[in-house]
Amino acid sequence: MSALFWKELADHFGRRRFTLLLGLVALGLVWGAFVDLGQLASTGRQFFFLDVFTTTAGVPISLLSFLSFFGPVIGIALGFDAINAERTQGTLARLLAQPLHRDSVYNAKFLAALLTLALVVASMMIVVIGLTMFRMGIAPTGEEVLRLTGLGLVSIAYLAFWLALAITASVLFRNTVTSALASIGMWFALGFLITLLGGVLADRIVPDIETTDDAVRHVTIESWANRVSPAGLYSEATSILLDPIGGRALNLFTIEPGRLEGLLSTPVSAGQSLQLVWPHIVVLVAMVAILLAASYVRFMREEIRA
Amino acid sequence: MSALIEAHGLTKRYGGFTAVDGIDLTINEGEVFGFLGPNGSGKSTSILMMLGLTEPTGGTVRVCGHDPSRNPLAVKRQVGYLPESVGFYGDLTGAQNLRFTAELNGIPRSDADARIAELLDTVELEDAADQPVVQYSRGMRQRLGLADVLLKQPRLVILDDPTLGLDPAGIVWLLGIIEELSARQGIAVFLSSHQLQEVQRVCHRVGIMSHGKIVLEGTVAALTAQTDAGGFRITLKVEGANDALDAALTALPSVREASRSGADVVIESDEDVRAAAAATVHEHGARLLEMRANDRTLEDIYLRYFQETVA
Repeated sequence: MSALFWKELADHFGRRRFTLLLGLVALGLVWGAFVDLGQLASTGRQFFFLDVFTTTAGVPISLLSFLSFFGPVIGIALGFDAINAERTQGTLARLLAQPLHRDSVYNAKFLAALLTLALVVASMMIVVIGLTMFRMGIAPTGEEVLRLTGLGLVSIAYLAFWLALAITASVLFRNTVTSALASIGMWFALGFLITLLGGVLADRIVPDIETTDDAVRHVTIESWANRVSPAGLYSEATSILLDPIGGRALNLFTIEPGRLEGLLSTPVSAGQSLQLVWPHIVVLVAMVAILLAASYVRFMREEIRA
Repeated sequence: MSALIEAHGLTKRYGGFTAVDGIDLTINEGEVFGFLGPNGSGKSTSILMMLGLTEPTGGTVRVCGHDPSRNPLAVKRQVGYLPESVGFYGDLTGAQNLRFTAELNGIPRSDADARIAELLDTVELEDAADQPVVQYSRGMRQRLGLADVLLKQPRLVILDDPTLGLDPAGIVWLLGIIEELSARQGIAVFLSSHQLQEVQRVCHRVGIMSHGKIVLEGTVAALTAQTDAGGFRITLKVEGANDALDAALTALPSVREASRSGADVVIESDEDVRAAAAATVHEHGARLLEMRANDRTLEDIYLRYFQETVA
């Protein structure tokens, strides 16, 4: 299996996808260089390095929104042709005629793509943090490092979901274009439609918001609908991690960081935040596992005709 | 001598369609077996079951003593398989593709390089070794495929329609290699094809598939006898043929039957009676315009099954 893993990894870093991946890390450079640090510093908030990821000062969208919107594209790009391209090329039958288990083919492909994703996420974050350190001349605190590590892990789990989705599509659809389109369709459905539907559902069940209880119910319905979507889970988890003050309230309200006036403005500890996002990580990983298991069963029993 | 492939009642159904219908098959060590039949007669499906690439619906198959569905690795370590349309990683060179196969087979790097060079030499690709495979022609890919199959030093190679898309010279070359493999290295070859006349000369034994069943199986000579089709068929084109000539031709020694339609006279005989037939035509004052003789071989039987399937 290791031979296949290294070949797949070389493929991802080979000329085919290298441009895409390099482009992403380069985009990190843009954020690192253009985020308006002066404006950030003037707010006097406590967690400077966390704010770099969520601010829109000096850049069109925050780095976090960018990851949340375009992360799926990277995940899908690395997985949508995993199995069916081998089939179209005629290499799958030859590969499976060699003494290796069918699941190794599958596992090697998933793991190589996952490692690639992890490396891209890590390099992008390191570039941003490094540039910020260089420009400001301060280093992140231990608390910040912990939270940023958490962010990295959640981001990798989030991208892994889209990777697993795309690999599933590559097993189900023989045509690479079909599987790419199906994956993108699922991205729209899970990333955007569910959130919209959650709003509609909440309006239906709680049409008039008169009391605080109504408001709470409305928001609860919305946030539960959101939790079905990996994008919803991701944004909730990242808010908790990156906004130690506002984010902890997210079990009640889905509120953008910093918009909670009047709440006690004492930050929760990194450990407590990590505890709060633990379920999110578990659910994301479970979603990945379910997708992989489904396509795995399908792939293991499939007829491999050249 | 032990059997390398042993199939009993091997069956594959797709929904209501039976692709392979209870075939029995035994392939021995060092043997070249021709698995013949028209397209869609179940040859490839049978091969997929032998490699564990699809699960049989019924029956059993053992390859090198192992069940390919239960213990695919043991089978694949000893069996080389060249699929119907073999593919390679286009951006890698021929040599790199082989090196990857060597790694998958756990062949140490030091052994692999020497063996790859030798095999590329055997399949006459030594000059193209460092070209990316996208630039290879169909014939070159097929040859690279053969090198790929031999890399693991198999006891048995299964070639699924290897002559497909090759030019006549390529086919002759390929069959030469197959003969050599079995004669010099004692590798058993299981060869599927729909072109009987091309492969029959290298096969020790053939099996003919039709509609998922093996309808004939044995050595070429035995099959010819078995189908009672031995002998000659001589076709004459005669100007001024008449009933008296027919009778005279029928009366020639070893002739079973002479029949005429228009100017064509067909003689069925046990021996070659061309000279005698020509003389007889001449004696009857008719003019011989053309004469052809063909061996009645397996091909007639094969064609019969082939046409049935097409119809």
